[in-house]
Parts: sequence; C-alpha cells; structure tokens
Amino acid sequence: MRMKTSAIVMGLYLLFLLLPIYWLVNMSLKTNTEILSSFTLFPQDLTFRNYVVILTDPSWYMGYVNSIIYVTMNVVISLAVALPAAYAFSRYRFMGDKHLFFWLLTNRMAPPAVFALPFFQLYSSVGLFDTHIAVALAHCLFNVPLAVWILEGFMRGVPKEIDETAYIDGYSFPKFFVKIFMPLIASGIGVAAFFCFMFSWVELLLSRTLTSVNAKPIAATMTRTVSASGMDWGVLAAAGVLTIVPGALVIYFVRNYIAKGFALGRV
Amino acid sequence: MIKTQNNKAWFLVLPVLVVVAFSAVLPLMTVVNYAMNDTFGNNQFFWVGLEWFEEMVTSSRLHDALGRQILFSAIILAIEVPLGIYIALNMPKSGFWASFCLVLMSLPLLIPFNVVGTIWQIFGRVDIGLLGHTLAALGIDYNYTNDPFDAWMTVIVMDVWHWTSLVALLAYAGLQSIPQAYYQAAKIDQASRWAVFRYIELPKMQGVLLIAILLRFMDSFMIYTEPFVVTGGGPGNSTTFLSIDLVKMAIGQFDLGPAAAFSLMYFLVILLVSWVFFTVMTNLDRQEGK
Repeated sequence: MRMKTSAIVMGLYLLFLLLPIYWLVNMSLKTNTEILSSFTLFPQDLTFRNYVVILTDPSWYMGYVNSIIYVTMNVVISLAVALPAAYAFSRYRFMGDKHLFFWLLTNRMAPPAVFALPFFQLYSSVGLFDTHIAVALAHCLFNVPLAVWILEGFMRGVPKEIDETAYIDGYSFPKFFVKIFMPLIASGIGVAAFFCFMFSWVELLLSRTLTSVNAKPIAATMTRTVSASGMDWGVLAAAGVLTIVPGALVIYFVRNYIAKGFALGRV
Repeated sequence: MIKTQNNKAWFLVLPVLVVVAFSAVLPLMTVVNYAMNDTFGNNQFFWVGLEWFEEMVTSSRLHDALGRQILFSAIILAIEVPLGIYIALNMPKSGFWASFCLVLMSLPLLIPFNVVGTIWQIFGRVDIGLLGHTLAALGIDYNYTNDPFDAWMTVIVMDVWHWTSLVALLAYAGLQSIPQAYYQAAKIDQASRWAVFRYIELPKMQGVLLIAILLRFMDSFMIYTEPFVVTGGGPGNSTTFLSIDLVKMAIGQFDLGPAAAFSLMYFLVILLVSWVFFTVMTNLDRQEGK
C-alpha cells in the first residue's frame, strides 16, 4: 500500500515538472498559424521548420557555439585554479585559512545584479568586452568558490598517508598531484565540472551585459524574437528546446555522480 | 583529519586569489567608488560621502522592493522545503526508477534561467498556453499580465517548479546516508511513521537541509531573470524584486550613485544572513565530529 502512494506522489510531481517542458516541445513542432489560431494538445500539422530556421541561420546557431565556448573555458579555468586551492584547504592550516574560505564563499552569494555594471566597465576598459574570455572570467565569480568547496569535500576523504607514501617514493608535488591524486578524486572533479557547467550555462544577466555581437550567448539571442516582427513563437520554443538538450545530455552522463555529489552536501 | 600548519600553502591558494580578485574585488571597489560620488558625465566625479546611502535608506521605493523580496523568499521557502522533503521521502530507494527520477528531476535545474521564464510565459498565456487556457476553460479569471495576484501566483509556481528538485535531491542524499540498522531498530521499537521521521530522518538530514535552505534563500533573494522574463516586474511594480529594481536603476536610468549604494546594502544583508548560516553549519559539523 505504501509503495502505491509513493508511486502516485512521484508520478504527480514528475507530471508537474514535465508538463511545461512538454508544452514547449509541442509548440516547437507547430507552425505559427496553428499556435495562434487553434488550441491543440499535440501538433496536428507536424513541422520541423522552426528547427531548420535555427540550425541554418548563423545569428542563431552561433549563439549556441558562443555559449559552449565560454562555458568550456569557464569550467577549465575554474577547475585549474580550484584544484590546488582545494588541496591547500583540505591538507594544511595556514594563516587566515578560515577567513579566506568564508570570503571565497561570499562570492558565491554575491548578487550578479550588483556586479553587472562594474563588470561592464572593467572589461570595457581592458578591451575584453564582447569576448568569450570576459564572460568565462566573470562566471568565475561564483564558479571558483563553488568548485573549491566541492573539491575540498572530496579531497578530505582521501587519507593523508597516500600523500606521504608518494613523497617517500620520490614523487615531486606536481607529479604526485597529476599522476596519483587527481585520479583518486576523479568523481569529485566530475561533480565540480558538472556544477560549473550548470551555473555557467544557465546564467544570463552577466553574459548578456558583457557581450554584444561576437560572443553573444544563446540565452541573449532568444530575447531578440520578442521584438522581431511580432512574436515568432515557434522559433522561440525550438530555441528553448535546444538549450535544454546539452543540459540533459550532461545529466545523463553524470547521473551516478550527482547523488554522490549531493550526498556530500556541497552544492 | 589533523592538518599540518604550513604557511606555504598560500602559494596553492594564490591562483584563486588572483582570479577572484579580478572578478570580484576590483568590480566591488568600483561600486564603492560610485556609492560615494556624484557625476555629471564626462567622468567627472564629486565627493558626496554618505548622501546616497541616506537617500536609499529612506527611499520608499527600496522599502517596497525589499518588502516584496522578503515576502517572496519566505513564501517559496515555506513551500519548497516541506515539499522537497516530502518528495524525497517518496522517491524510490534504488534501481532503475531511482536514476530515472533523478535524471528527470534534475532537468529543470539545467534549463537556462531565461528559458525557464519563457516556458512559463508561454505556459501561462490564456491564448496559447496550456495552463492559462485550462484555467480559462474552467471559468477562472486568470491573467498574469494585468492582475498582480495572478502574476505573483505565476512567479511562485514557476520558482517551485524550478527549484523544489534541488531541495528534494539534497534531502534524498541525506536520507540515503542513513544506515538500514536505524530503521530496523525503529521497527523493533514499533515506532510510528511520524516518530521515524521526527527522530531519525529529520536529524540526519539537518546538515543538508541547512545547505538547501541557505542556497534557496540566497538564490531567491537574488532572483532576477525568471520574473523579469515572465512579468517584467509588473503589473505596475507588483513583482519588482530587489535585483530587478537595481538593474532598472543602474542600467535603465543610469543612476549610478544611488544604485551603487543600494548594491552595497543589498550585498551586506546577504552577507550577514550567510554568515549566520555558515556559523551554524560549521558548529553542526564540529558537533558531528565529536
């Protein structure tokens, strides 16, 4: 009996989650006339025109390319700087470590709206405005602290004896770190990369403020359909569906690590 | 783990410091600078000291936005935390269905914020949206672009849709870490379902739940994109939360001074609350360590 109520609760919840997404997919497969003139639960006049529009128009598909470029850069930068720092926090006590750790975390909590304008001016003045690296660096604001936090949790689980044995065996620190330590916390690196990807991919405010043409992310491109000759609902919906796809792929690949990452309570 | 004292560890932290200094400290200094100066354009600045702060502290616009923000955060915490726990309790414990639920539940978390807004904007429209259309067909007068109450309902349901999964996933991870022996002991004692929840599951989830509440508080307090896309802060100012108001002021009207003063106070409020949470959390960690 208990099994049954659980199943019903989960069923209802998943239905609630999926219904709006279904509606978006449904709309992306309709023509604009069908969307506006008749109310149908599934496409009567199935069309892939909306997807064709996006995949053949550079001003659309370059949005995806730009987003993927800066998200990748951000993940690489975040992990590269966070790995040694997380190691330091998990292994050593040093002057001001606790304060430093909290200060890092506060950056995760800084409202992007506060930073939008100063970022714009800072990056304009150093000539980085409208480049991928500018967005990638700006997203480091919240992703680096997060990556440090997650990685520190995983590193703490690795016994210190491993470090000591490696040093006795004559490994230098960089060699030990790359050859022995990193494989040990591979799942931690995966979880950290997942969350960096996630937060950089979904963020709009900063990426829109810092770009105009060359590095414009897909999320900002989407706001354009609102003005262009009425509302092109079908294309808007198709663009939305395509932004969900990379996230869904990433989730599928890391599904077994997610629960583990959450279990550490470090998100 | 016993840590060794080693001040050379600073070298390992240095890269993080450089990156974060560039992306956080420098911009923040600019904000502080603006908050203390007035400008008539041409990059000429005049020192005005704390004037902008005084103006902002007494401005009714800020008070209204803050009031709406607190109400919003309170409502969504009150809905999402219990609902998230309830969902977590009902999730399958292992096997295919567990990962099936995990994947589907993470889906809303990975949708770009403005697409979440777009989805709900479409979903709630009376002419083309499933939700709006159904409500209209049931004879309920629903229009989120004109009616403040409907706009609020839409924004709240959207946030519940978007983020309850995060609370549920965290709570689920907390539940997974409870050893089976605890449940067996409870069964021998013939503990009721409520007692099992109250005295076994809830204490064990305490740590992750605190993190969930902290994250949800932070993120709902800084919410910008989703309500902006759905309602644009309207009708009138009824869904203008702090971030929306701030961006309007800073980028829309270019009132740099007041906007900067506003930002600093906004940031300080968040810092204060986070510090309280952080202290509670580290204290809990220490108790568990004993």
